[in-house]
Amino acid sequence: MKLELRGVTKRFGKFTANDSIDLVIEPGQVHALLGENGAGKSTLMNVIYGLYDPDGGEILLDDAPVNFAGPGDAMAAGIGMVHQHFMLVPVFTVAENVILGFEPTGKSGIINLKEARKRVREISDRFGFNIDPDALVEDLPVGAQQRVEIIKALSRDAKILILDEPTAVLTPQETDELIGIMRQLRDSGTSIVFITHKLREVKAVADKITVIRRGKVVGSADPTATETELASAMVGRSVSLGVEKSPAVPAETRLAVENLTLLSDNGVPLLEGVSFDVASGEILAIAGVQGNGQTELTETILGSHPSAVGSIKLSGKELLGQSIRGVLDSGVGFVPEDRSKDGLIADFSIEENFILDQHDREPYAKGLSLDLAAIEDAANKYIEQFDVRTQSSKALGSQLSGGNQQKVVLARELSRPLQLFIASQPTRGLDVGSIEFIHKRIVAERDHGTAVIIVSTELDEVLALADRIAVMYEGKIIGIVPGNTSRDILGLMMAGLPYDEAQAEADKHTTILAAADEDSDNPIGGAL
Amino acid sequence: MSTATALSPNSKSLEGTILPPISWKGPITYTVIGLIAIFGFGLTVGGGDETNFVLSASSDAIKFGTLVVPSRALSVAIGVLILAIAAFAAYGAAKRIRYGAWLPSLVGVLGIISFLVWSGAGKAESLPIPLLLSQGIIFAVPLAFGAMAGLINERVGIINIAIEGQLLAGAFTGAVVATLTGNPYLALLFAPIAGALVGVLLAFFSIKYKVDQIVVGVVLNVLVIGITGYLFSTVLKNNKGTLNTPPGLSKIEIPILSDIPIIGSVLFNQNILVYLMFAAVILLQFLLFRSRWGLRLRSVGEHPKAADTVGIKVNRTRWINVMIGGAVAGLGGVAFTVMQGIGFGKEMTSGKGYIALAAMILGRWNPNGALAAALLFGFAEALRGTLSIVGTPVPTQFLAMLPYLATIFAVAGLVGKVRAPAAEGKPYEK
Repeated sequence: MKLELRGVTKRFGKFTANDSIDLVIEPGQVHALLGENGAGKSTLMNVIYGLYDPDGGEILLDDAPVNFAGPGDAMAAGIGMVHQHFMLVPVFTVAENVILGFEPTGKSGIINLKEARKRVREISDRFGFNIDPDALVEDLPVGAQQRVEIIKALSRDAKILILDEPTAVLTPQETDELIGIMRQLRDSGTSIVFITHKLREVKAVADKITVIRRGKVVGSADPTATETELASAMVGRSVSLGVEKSPAVPAETRLAVENLTLLSDNGVPLLEGVSFDVASGEILAIAGVQGNGQTELTETILGSHPSAVGSIKLSGKELLGQSIRGVLDSGVGFVPEDRSKDGLIADFSIEENFILDQHDREPYAKGLSLDLAAIEDAANKYIEQFDVRTQSSKALGSQLSGGNQQKVVLARELSRPLQLFIASQPTRGLDVGSIEFIHKRIVAERDHGTAVIIVSTELDEVLALADRIAVMYEGKIIGIVPGNTSRDILGLMMAGLPYDEAQAEADKHTTILAAADEDSDNPIGGAL
Repeated sequence: MSTATALSPNSKSLEGTILPPISWKGPITYTVIGLIAIFGFGLTVGGGDETNFVLSASSDAIKFGTLVVPSRALSVAIGVLILAIAAFAAYGAAKRIRYGAWLPSLVGVLGIISFLVWSGAGKAESLPIPLLLSQGIIFAVPLAFGAMAGLINERVGIINIAIEGQLLAGAFTGAVVATLTGNPYLALLFAPIAGALVGVLLAFFSIKYKVDQIVVGVVLNVLVIGITGYLFSTVLKNNKGTLNTPPGLSKIEIPILSDIPIIGSVLFNQNILVYLMFAAVILLQFLLFRSRWGLRLRSVGEHPKAADTVGIKVNRTRWINVMIGGAVAGLGGVAFTVMQGIGFGKEMTSGKGYIALAAMILGRWNPNGALAAALLFGFAEALRGTLSIVGTPVPTQFLAMLPYLATIFAVAGLVGKVRAPAAEGKPYEK
């Protein structure tokens, strides 16, 4: 089926997310939609899928204009979508999720579960997905959940399948499998729209590439274009893909974590005997698939989980058992993974957000009152230093873009003399300019002699920043490896293989992404 | 940093396995109950005292005589049995074996028996067991309907605090309709309409205008109390004979089944509303988990966006089911007036709507569980009445507190993990 967009426009208030976009998706092609975070790719797909009403333009299927009142219409017309945040009900079984809205029932409205399971098994077997129709979705790993989403779309006879940032949550091996599935689907005649900001994946799988920037189509490219060309088309200026970083000069051990163990309320181990150390002037990146204990690890170091046992020594001083205030005062800077929820207070001004952890002391407080002039001066100084794009230091946190919010958080945490700096997902969802800036600041902090821990689920970011990499799997550290370890080995370790086995396995099979690393003009892994 | 140290595996992480902490809550509770049975209920009564139980209702075909048991010996025996169960549970806890709900239920029933034996010890009056049970069911009817209304609403994502008002509206409408027409069965038709209308208001404010659902619910309760109270004082009071003297729902005896000893007359010689309650629970349990309606309803309450992306109209589903829930609660309101053949009285639901919410939570948002919880609360209320007739050493006010204490513990999560529908209380926005 051929899908064509003519002049599609979508506005949210004054903001134009899609500005008269023209696009043609030919049948049996993998069409990549490349663009930065916030460029308007997902909005465009939601318009196609009927979730948003366009403010202008038209959508044509096989040259006939269509008008979708909701996703139901889009699905009936043969459009399927795998959302970036999976649209699965966690407490339902796979079969229930697949049939939802499309239930095999008799006249009575009673669901024919046998038929539902059969639908799942048929598609699962056809593509070798190995999915149990009766498994609860919340018990499945993310890779399997994504396959459930694909089954869901295919069971409705999708002729056009939209995949929105499908690789964001996958290991390189899982990404490889997904690329295989995409090729298989394409060969069986399904058109695929592949939305991403990752250049390597685009080059590996796309037949055609359209680049979107700030809501507009800025051009199309061939998969043979170089990564640098694609990156500059995407960002609108030439970008340096890697992080400029001199080799680390690690000094004495700054942080020593030993046998750290944490149980959840119902007794499931979240951290199990975690031990590692970080030297002064070194970046330790913690890699792993989301939800393998990374969040708990950083929060435990911060002091949010007082029930943890083991030992966390910062320059010889025990942190475990101290209050969060005490930990911060020992010289720990902390950037939480969810900046809008935990990083800053949306209804507070930039000034107030800057002094959240310093409001009760000099120079920002005099006795019981705040020194508003000193706060404003400091805030303006940091706004300039950290290049926060805002009208005024009185602007609210919620009025800033994601990148600028993160810069505010970073400025607050880096404004104190630090011994240890921890950043969780420091650049998730940010635009390239902000990513470059934040990475530079993190490297500068390392060169300043601070011990740095970066938690990231993005292997690109891990490879770009890390001096050493600790891989976490199910609450344990599966191994600690040098910063230049190959993507394949890391991916296998993220799936739970110890280093030796991962190395042996990786030698047998090179993934598409790792192969791309080798011919890339940017071998250490770009930040994009 | 040399490569050798960098590659060192994390050997310390593999020492031993980590086990969840042992939960001693169960065994300790059982031990306390066992000790109370022995020392509180057993050894405090005289050695020669006896307790009389009446086991048959007057209408039963097969009649048993009064059951006479030695009070002290039986309570002590029950206490020892409970202690044995506590030991068994302690062994299980140490081994981290999980037993089902039958263990606490068994201890609860044994504890109640020993309490009853103690209450009636040495009294000339007998404890009428069939009366206790059938009254318990009658008291449970509005709670069960209210709890079902609550769980239909919450499972679709709307918190319904307005059950109280819906019960009251149903009670009022039922009484007036039955009096005007002289037909009590028409109450079963019109009371749900009244409940659904309250549901319409709830849906209108919480779905259309996204007002906080708890606030809307409380306001609606006050509104219905006001309207019914006003109409009662201005109209019903002065025209009692023509507007507020409903005929009652007569008992329908089911042949053969009603002849079963003890439980026959309790379960199978009841009015139609009681049968409707059992039928509604069974039907709802099935439909909720096996029908298209149930699947869509639950998906909207758990992950409305996912439902939207497969073409389910989230707000329409919520509208419809909030009205269905209101109708179910309205039907339950009939239990206050027409079912018992009594007229409407101001604020006569006296907080039963909130207890129904507690039953819903205690029943973990399942119809079967909600019915069990409603029956528990109903029996506790019946027990209070019966014991005040027989005369008991404990002030009945304390007995009246028991189910609510149980509810607080249940709601606080002490009975086990309770998981509410994920999207309840959140208005849906694209």
